[in-house]
Amino acid sequence: MTTPATLSFLLMDAPYEQSRTATAFRLIDAALRRGHGVRVFAYEGAVSLAMTAQKPHANAIHGRTVEEEAHPTPHLWVSALLDLAKEQGVVIDWVNCGLCVDERGATDVVAGVRRGSPADFWKMASESENTLVIATR
Amino acid sequence: MASYLLIESRDPFESRGFAQRSELATALAADGAAVTIFLLENAVLASRSAARVRELDKFAKAGVRVLADEFSLRERGIGSEQIAATVKAVPIGTLVEELVAGAKAIWN
Repeated sequence: MTTPATLSFLLMDAPYEQSRTATAFRLIDAALRRGHGVRVFAYEGAVSLAMTAQKPHANAIHGRTVEEEAHPTPHLWVSALLDLAKEQGVVIDWVNCGLCVDERGATDVVAGVRRGSPADFWKMASESENTLVIATR
Repeated sequence: MASYLLIESRDPFESRGFAQRSELATALAADGAAVTIFLLENAVLASRSAARVRELDKFAKAGVRVLADEFSLRERGIGSEQIAATVKAVPIGTLVEELVAGAKAIWN
């Protein structure tokens, strides 16, 4: 077990677009489980990750119900990460870029996600042991 | 000693990007830095010995460590017996540990 540290992550991809999002969530999960604090700055499309309006759906083509389809909803994953941090007794700070939120109307997000600005990302990076930018392409 | 973590997430065969960053990795190692290439997502396709990715030999000669995400390998049906001897399969937590240790990380 290493000494607890704080890691910052910058996410840019919108939900349902790229494997990068799932990988980023796996990284955050692994960091929290190791007792590290995590700071997330969601930029551009990534502000929609925490939107509560996301809904799972059935798959009429394959005849599967909502439950059988088990369609992922990223806002539940964000909530799960916030809950995991509480369980682990470590800090997680999840900030959505305010201008990006306004552009997309992504105002209704899970509890625990706050609004901020790119200045927050600078602060996060300044106060963290390391920062990983997972940029979109 | 400076430590660099080059995270590769894209199919190495889809562009020249992988080869270019491989040159960066070997150059950094030649300058005395500790360099790790972490293969994630489709980049793990490079880890197959059958793929004969020339960069793997260059990494081994230059002392560049190559790690591959176990989950990404499993997702793509790549078994441990298919991985080149110079590549080590590791859990995603290893990447976290590299970050905590202070490696300068670039995600590609």
